[in-house]
This record gives sequence, structure tokens and C-alpha cells, in this order.
Amino acid sequence: MEMPTPDPAVLSKKAQLIDRLLTVLPEDAVIHDVMETRVYECDALTAYKCPPLLAVLPATTQEVSDVLKICHDMSVPVVPRGSGTSLAGGALPTADSVILGVARMNAVLETDYENRVIRVQSGRTNLSVSGAVEEEDFFYAPDPSSQLACAIAGNIAMNSGGAHCLKYGVTTNNLLGVTMVLMDGTVVEIGGAHLDSAGLDLLGVVCGSEGQLGVVTEATLRILHKPEGARPVLMGFKSNEVAGACVSDIIKSGILPVAIEFMDRPCIRACEAFAGAGYPDCEALLIVEVEGSEAEIASQLSKITDIARRHDPVELREAQDAEEAARIWLGRKSAFGAMGQINDYMCLDGTIPVSSLPFVLRRIGELSKQFGIAVGNVFHAGDGNMHPLILFDANKPGDLETCEAFGAEVLKLCVEAGGCLTGEHGVGVEKRDLMMHQYTETDLAAQVAVKDVFDPNWLLNPAKVFPLAITETRRAPPVAAE
Amino acid sequence: MVVDCPETEAELAERIAAAAGPLAINGGGTQGVTVDGNPVSTRAMAGLELYEPGALTMVARAGTPVVEIADALARENQQLAFEPRDLRGLTGTSGEPTIGGVFATNTSGPRRVQAGAARDFLLGIRFVDGAGQVAKNGGRVMKNVTGYDLVKLMAGAHGTLGVLTEVSFKVLPKPECTGVVRIVGLADDRAVAAMSRALGSPYDVTGAAHLMGGADGAAVTLIRVEGFAESVRYRAGELQKRLSEYGESTVETDAELAAAAWKRVRDVEPFHDRLGAVWRISVKPTDAPAVLARLQPDGAVLDWGGGLIWALVPDGRDVRAAMNGIAGHATLIRGTGFPRFQPEPGPVAALSAGLRAQFDPRGILNPGLMG
Ligand SMILES: Cc1cc2nc3c(=O)[nH]c(=O)nc-3n(C[C@H](O)[C@H](O)[C@H](O)COP(=O)(O)OP(=O)(O)OC[C@H]3O[C@@H](n4cnc5c(N)ncnc54)[C@H](O)[C@@H]3O)c2cc1C
Repeated sequence: MEMPTPDPAVLSKKAQLIDRLLTVLPEDAVIHDVMETRVYECDALTAYKCPPLLAVLPATTQEVSDVLKICHDMSVPVVPRGSGTSLAGGALPTADSVILGVARMNAVLETDYENRVIRVQSGRTNLSVSGAVEEEDFFYAPDPSSQLACAIAGNIAMNSGGAHCLKYGVTTNNLLGVTMVLMDGTVVEIGGAHLDSAGLDLLGVVCGSEGQLGVVTEATLRILHKPEGARPVLMGFKSNEVAGACVSDIIKSGILPVAIEFMDRPCIRACEAFAGAGYPDCEALLIVEVEGSEAEIASQLSKITDIARRHDPVELREAQDAEEAARIWLGRKSAFGAMGQINDYMCLDGTIPVSSLPFVLRRIGELSKQFGIAVGNVFHAGDGNMHPLILFDANKPGDLETCEAFGAEVLKLCVEAGGCLTGEHGVGVEKRDLMMHQYTETDLAAQVAVKDVFDPNWLLNPAKVFPLAITETRRAPPVAAE
Repeated sequence: MVVDCPETEAELAERIAAAAGPLAINGGGTQGVTVDGNPVSTRAMAGLELYEPGALTMVARAGTPVVEIADALARENQQLAFEPRDLRGLTGTSGEPTIGGVFATNTSGPRRVQAGAARDFLLGIRFVDGAGQVAKNGGRVMKNVTGYDLVKLMAGAHGTLGVLTEVSFKVLPKPECTGVVRIVGLADDRAVAAMSRALGSPYDVTGAAHLMGGADGAAVTLIRVEGFAESVRYRAGELQKRLSEYGESTVETDAELAAAAWKRVRDVEPFHDRLGAVWRISVKPTDAPAVLARLQPDGAVLDWGGGLIWALVPDGRDVRAAMNGIAGHATLIRGTGFPRFQPEPGPVAALSAGLRAQFDPRGILNPGLMG
């Protein structure tokens, strides 16, 4: 993976930049010691590392604006950062960039149950947004598996999803407004507590823009009352095809489960060995969760198990109580950890039409043999969001490269099947060079045009999302003004 | 004026590239929008491209009539869950609403509070920009974060950034049953409080509307739940208990009556044969009573729990000035004297203008409509 060569002009301005930043930030908010900047050298895509020039931790929107104005003035690239859990390298710095972390901005600004919204600073973690409204039995719906750590800022930038988005949608469907600072320091308010925009839906394009359009400092989010209860059922099947057909039948039946999770044999085995959740030894496993009152849950589950029975399941286990429900989810929730026990892994998240699940899984199996690399599949089946976990050994020379080549083939396969490269993790640096498999140059030009409007000098997270060749002329350092 | 109706995307692209002046873009022309320019309609680019009921997805050409889509979905017991509004009765137009028009205007009905807006269901688009270039964004899968989400940007851009030629969208099963909890005679502020209480409950309310009382009769507040029969019965009952402090309520479960009541809200039927300007006001629900108190409208339909106000006022009344200080915005749907869309604050307006200049460098797509 290639990153642009650091701009020597920027590197030489480090001392001057620090001086200027210290005029707008307290001393402990400017991190420039070479050892300390290492904390920010990567996100959860740990294969790639590069310490930034320095990192800043502003505490207010005004400070963010001041920092950006200075960096804009001095033509220094800025990489926004939430909690650094991106799996796509979205928060990966370059040596000539400033990491702007929003971790200190984590306050709840307003909770409004009557209008069902909460306003938070963007550094607040996903789970603690729900935590802030728990006393009234409310919650914030998008629930990425990383929710304990990841920040709303990162969720907005990546348009993150979670296991329950089949019913509740992803970040963009639950985001009503943001305060955002443009690269030149301008503060913009987009949206609010009302449900739609006066003009163009700028919020829609800001969400998922991977930190390239502005730095989000505050957000208004929709909150919902918790359902009365929720319960999963676990079902084992003889083949991926059969499990896939069952998913499609459930969806067609008119029941809308909150989650339909799918695991294939390699993943089931790994999870079982790791967590001992009592999963059956079978080819494919589904966890389907429904919500409602006791009676509603029972009736929906009986409809679902009726459908499952028509697909000759090897196992059908309805949770009888909270403990059994937790055990059913235990294996699924530890899938990443379980695969991580076996080896290093790369997690992809290509999305496909639900109807091509069996075909795509079969092809992934064949590719796995061809590349001689193991893969386990665990994913959100209701919406076709795959999560192949490809195993490799970071200490073995060449293994990462083989793994990446395999991963690229899988993602191309997803696109060929009518799907896309990434369903929730984002493009970052990881899928940047595959973009031309999904989009034509004209398609990408339309996206690039948006960045040209928000960040004409291409200083915000410039080396991400688009193939470098496409953005090269835009990223070229302007002729020195000083 | 002769309406130009290209039959293919390529033809449309040619026509836009060759255009010498402004174009007035429309689908069925049912939204009552008037702009200067040679009229171009997408209606000849019609037809379903793909429908996979098991994947809850459909792909259609932009000019496909909404009825055709609704019929195809109904055969599989599915529907457009965001309940697109049919504004013909309100705007006095007679065309055939198209699916492209629905998405280009992000027109979303009562279920918006629970299921989401049109923009939330739109998965992918093809469009021709103002320079005549064809591009696509998104796709036909439920989750897609590959690059920027131009799908959302185009939904609600009213054709000012590009002309949609193909849309792919998510559909949902039709609920088996509908139950409507109905309370008569509530004052506006009490109605909004009751709707907030219902929407803040665990009962998955899919509609909350209030028809203001007046010359036509008493005020009516409607709360909707949908799903399997036993579930609807249970939830409606629980809601009645929860709302008991707001007075007597009844529950309607007759499918036709329930559908008619929500169609009345969706299409703003109370204003169909009344004179006056119609404004569509978007605020946070608890601000709705204050807006009504200031406007003193001749009629009002509150949808989205109070978050969306349809107000009937004498033509020429400056609704935006009256709303001063209340966050939100007002769109003039029927009437004269004001721009259709509310002007945006400086920095946001600058970004919007920048985007228009990028996507429509010659400024020929519905010029002036959105600023
Ligand atoms: C174990 C594990 C499980 C995961 N599970 C899921 C899952 O289920 N679903 C899912 O969708 N993702 C998942 N992820 C991915 C990741 O957690 C999400 O992408 C998350 O939203 C990133 O949030 P963050 O705060 O850590 O962002 P970071 O990693 O810090 O940054 C992510 C991107 O956001 C940008 N950014 C950060 N802050 C701002 C800001 N203030 N303004 C503008 N841009 C900003 C960055 O520049 C970067 O491009 C998982 C990751 C891990 C490690």
C-alpha cells in the first residue's frame, strides 16, 4: 500500500507549527514528542503504521476551528481521529500530518426525550450515548461491535452499522444534525432536531465522508425507547445454501427480525473452541433475534422456527431465558476474538445481494484453497453484509501480501455479484485502490467534486478513499506562500 | 410548451449536453413546481429493471409511475414503507407521479417517524449531471459505504444537481394489520404531548398525526401501530392505557377505514378544496404548538408527531418571518410571493452553491429553484 511522500516543506515547519498551535491550545493538548506521537501511528488496521508530525486534542469547537485555521494557513494536512478503531486505516496518519483527536470532547449537551433526540460532542463513545439515556429506557440504535470504544465522530465519518441495523438502520438513518468545522476554520451547522433539511441534504453526504469534508464536533442523534424484550433463536443447517434460502424465506414472510447473523463452519468451530457457547457442529448457523412483548416474541419466534423447519435444520434452539440468550450471542460476539486466537486476521466487509449468498460463499471457499489461506465467515445476513475473516501470520514474510491479494479477490467477487466493496467499515486506505472495480472514473469524479467544494486545498485526510492517481494533482502542495 | 421526453439515459445525456439554456426537469409534474426553462420529463424512461422480493430490493427507471411500482410490490405483499405522498390534490396537478420524482424530492409520508424517509430507502442511483455526464453512486445492496453517499445528496436535490435516470431502493413487507388509536378534541399542545408519549413508548408507533380542529369539525389525533393481528391488538391497548390522561380514545382496526384515515394525513386531504397558501414546516415536535400559535393558520395537519406541520394560511403571509427564532424551515408548497425553499444560513448556502456549481456548471438544471 502506497502513501504519498511526506512534504519536506511541512516537515521543516514543525517548530513553527507547534508555536502557533500553543497560542490557541493548552500545552497538554499539543503532542509533539516523537515517542508520544506513536500512540497515534495507526488505527485498528495495524498492518500500517506511521507516526504523525504531531497530534492535537482540542476541547471545544472553537479550538478545533482555531487549529484548522492554522493548519490551513500553513498548508498542513490534518487527519481527524475519534477512537482509532477504524478497520480501513481511515485514521492512519502520514508523517507530515497533524492528527486532530476529538477524544476530549465527550460531553452530553442535551437529552430531549419528548423529541427523542440527544446532542453530544462527537468524541463520546457509541455505547456511552446509550448509557446516557438508559435511565429512561432509551437507547441509540446503531451498535457496531466496537461500540465500547468507537466514537460517534468515527461512526459518522464511516456511517457505521451494527448487528441490529436490519431493523434500525445505520448511522446515517439515525443522525439528524452536526456541528462541523471546515478546513478553513468555518463552523457550519447542518440539520438539527427536525427530521429533514431545508435545502440539499448535506448531512447525507457528510455522513460516510471519512473525515474528508470537515471535522464533526457535535451531533444530534435520534434515540428510541427500548423494546419490551428481545430474544434470539439459534438454527443450524446442513449447508450454506440451505441457510441462505432460510434467510430469504424469513425476510419474505413479513417478519422483520432485528438481527439475522450468519456463521459458516470454520467460524463456528473457532468460536466454539474459544467461547464454548455450545454451538452445534454444522455447516452453517443462523442467529435470528426478534423484539417485543413476551407474547409477541413467542409468536414471531414460532413463525420463524416454522420456516426454519422447512429447511431441515440440524439444530433449533430458542432461548428460554436471558442466560440462554446470552449464550447464543456469546459465540457470535466473540467471533473476532476467536479468529484472532488462531492467527492475525484481516476483516473485510463487502456486501452482496442476499440472493447471491450461497454462490459467494462457495467462491470464497474456492479462493481460500487457491491462495492457501484460511477464512471464516461471520456476517449480518439480513442485509448481505459479509465479514470474511482472513487469517494470516504477520511474522511470516509475504503472508500479509498473500492475504491482501486474497482479500482483493473476495471484494471484486462481491462487486461482481451485484454488491459493493464495503458495507460499514469504509474505504480508508485499505480499499482505496479497489475503487475502480466498483466505480468508473466519471463516478469517482462526481465524489471528488464534493471534496473540492468542502476542502478545496485537499488538506483533510487527503490520501484516503480515492486512488492516489486520481487525486494527485489536487493533493500537490501549493506553491509556498511564505 | 412541448415537453421533451427522452426515452433513454443516453438520449437524456445528449439533450442536456446540447442544451443552450435552462431546463425545467420533471417526472410526472405533480409537485406543482414551476421554473423557467424548456421542460424535460423523465416519464418516457420507465419500467422495472429488477425486483427481488427475498432481498427486499427493486430497481426501476426514474420515469416509472409510482402506481406501477406499488402494484408490483402488492403482488408480493410488499410496499414502499416511507409512504410517498401524492400531492396532486394539494397542488391541483394531474400528471402521474414517478418514482424518480419521489426520490428527487425525498417525499416521505407518515411512516417517516418509524421507518425513515425516502432518502433512507434509496440504495443506488444513476444520473445525468448538468454537463451531460452519466454517473452512478451506491448500488442495490442494503449497506454500502463505498465512497461518498451521493445517493442521499441527490435525494431531495429536486433535480438541481442531476437528473435521476435509475433508482434502486429497499422495500418492506406490508404489515398484516393496522390499528389506529384515535382521540378527539385535543388542543394542539396536548396533542403534541400525547404523540410524544406514544412515539417515546416501546410499541413501535408507525404514525402519529393531528388534524387541527376548526370549521371542518373537531380536532382528531391519530396514533398508528402495524404488524401481526395479535400484536396490533396488544400494542393499541397498551397505548390507550398510556394515553388515558389525554381523554377517551377508540381503536380502529378496519383495514379500509384505517388506510383512508392515513391517506388523508399523507396527502393532506383537508386542504384539497380549500383556498389559500400551503406551507410545509419542519421543526422539532415540541415547537409545533408555538409555531401554530404564531401563525394562527386557517387549518393545520400535524404529521410526524408534530415535527411536520402542513399549514393553510392566506396567500402572501410570511410564514418564515413568523417562525423567526424557532429552529427548522418552511417550504412553500402552494402559493405565491416567496421562494419555494427557505434560504439557508451563509456557510451552508455557500456549500450548496458550491455543489451546484460543480454538478451543474452552466446552471441549467431547474435554475433558481433551490437558491
Ligand atoms: C473489533 C472491531 C469491531 C468492529 N465492528 C464494527 C461493526 O460492527 N460495524 C461497523 O460499522 N464498524 C465496526 N468496526 C469499525 C470501527 O469501529 C468503526 O469504523 C468506527 O465507527 C470507527 O470509530 P472511531 O471513533 O474509532 O474512528 P477512528 O478510527 O478514529 O476514525 C475513523 C474515520 O473517521 C474519521 N474521523 C474521526 N473523527 C472525526 C471527526 N471528528 N470528524 C470527521 N471525521 C472524523 C477519521 O479520519 C477516519 O477516517 C469495528 C472495529 C473493530 C476494531
